[in-house]
Amino acid sequence: MSIAAITVTNLTGIRGQRVLFRGLSFRVAAGQALSLEGPNGAGKTSLLRMIAGFLPSAAGTIALGETSEAEERGRLIGWLGHHDGAKPQLTPREVLTFFAQLYRAEADVAGALAAVGLASLADLPCQYLSAGQKKRLALARLKLSGRAVWLLDEPLAALDADGKKRCGEIIQAHCLYGGIAIAATHEPLGIACERLVLT
Amino acid sequence: MIALVLRDTRLATRAGGSAVLALAFFAAVATLVPLGVGADLRLLARVAAGVLWVAAVLAALLSLDRLFQSDFDDGSLDLIALSPLSLEAIATAKIAAHWLTTGLPLTLLSPLLGLMFGLPPQAIGVLALSLLIGTPSVSALGAIGAALTLSIRRGGLILPLLVLPLLVPAVIFGAGAVQAALDGLSNGALLLLAAFSVAVTCVSPFATAACVRLNLAG
Repeated sequence: MSIAAITVTNLTGIRGQRVLFRGLSFRVAAGQALSLEGPNGAGKTSLLRMIAGFLPSAAGTIALGETSEAEERGRLIGWLGHHDGAKPQLTPREVLTFFAQLYRAEADVAGALAAVGLASLADLPCQYLSAGQKKRLALARLKLSGRAVWLLDEPLAALDADGKKRCGEIIQAHCLYGGIAIAATHEPLGIACERLVLT
Repeated sequence: MIALVLRDTRLATRAGGSAVLALAFFAAVATLVPLGVGADLRLLARVAAGVLWVAAVLAALLSLDRLFQSDFDDGSLDLIALSPLSLEAIATAKIAAHWLTTGLPLTLLSPLLGLMFGLPPQAIGVLALSLLIGTPSVSALGAIGAALTLSIRRGGLILPLLVLPLLVPAVIFGAGAVQAALDGLSNGALLLLAAFSVAVTCVSPFATAACVRLNLAG
């Protein structure tokens, strides 16, 4: 399942009386990655949450292909947020199996774990994982989601050099298959991508 | 949806989960009351239904603040909300999992505690039946409160204040049914309890979903 493009038109974002951005328009076509940059508090996370349909926008429209209704948009989105969603009591394998079932996605859990270098930790409860390892787990979950549009909030935070390289490769592969990725980041993603700077 | 029920059940029953805690709390309160009231078996049998119902409600509330809170805090709720399930279905699954890990075990333990209070066998049957019928309403109403207090720090303290008044009918009809059985009367308390439980359980997923939606946007 792939969609033609994300089109954001004249978007205004307000958080608690403060205008984050006004009249923001951009388009990301299938196969493209967009690196979303800007200082802390510029509204990167808010923009991602608006695209995912969590936050209402004050004005403007967001369309994922033909879909613009907020909750329908959510069904197309693969999400990698600030928090890693790793339950301390569950093992990485259990976390991924659950989400694969929930998303009705093809469940190559072992393959996804191997792709992020967690194969040897698959059966260790998540409470023993480091922040970087949890981020890798989140990346594996994103890969399993099978969604066309990936929204990533600080995907490189806490990752080591190897993790950053794998992250870049996974995003690149996703785009190669016609997917779309938007990543809020303070570091270069290490792949060919468009840049959008919020101020 | 079944995957979500199974996962929540698993989380509640793993080490550090809320299921065992709720059961232990229920048993501890029910053990403490006879120590305070004294060994008058007739008196204990009279108060048994009320005490056990209140203890069951409090025990179920104890684990409610984790219903959405832990998923909200660690970002899982965002991911679950983006799944193909509607938020209403998600709420239903979470309520079901909460009932399976608190309401149902409490119901199963209640005959033993009823025996401790010197309830006659017939009244014990009614007690267990009333809990079986009534505890889903505790999970359902509690879910609304849990979803509403998601983004409030220390929401766990406000939650009982919100939910307990709404549970008054369940406690009145549940304990009332047992009293009636003790007195050898037949009354409609169980039927009223069932009606309350069904109504609340049907409405709750929609109210809960609306509250979750509100908090995800917050």
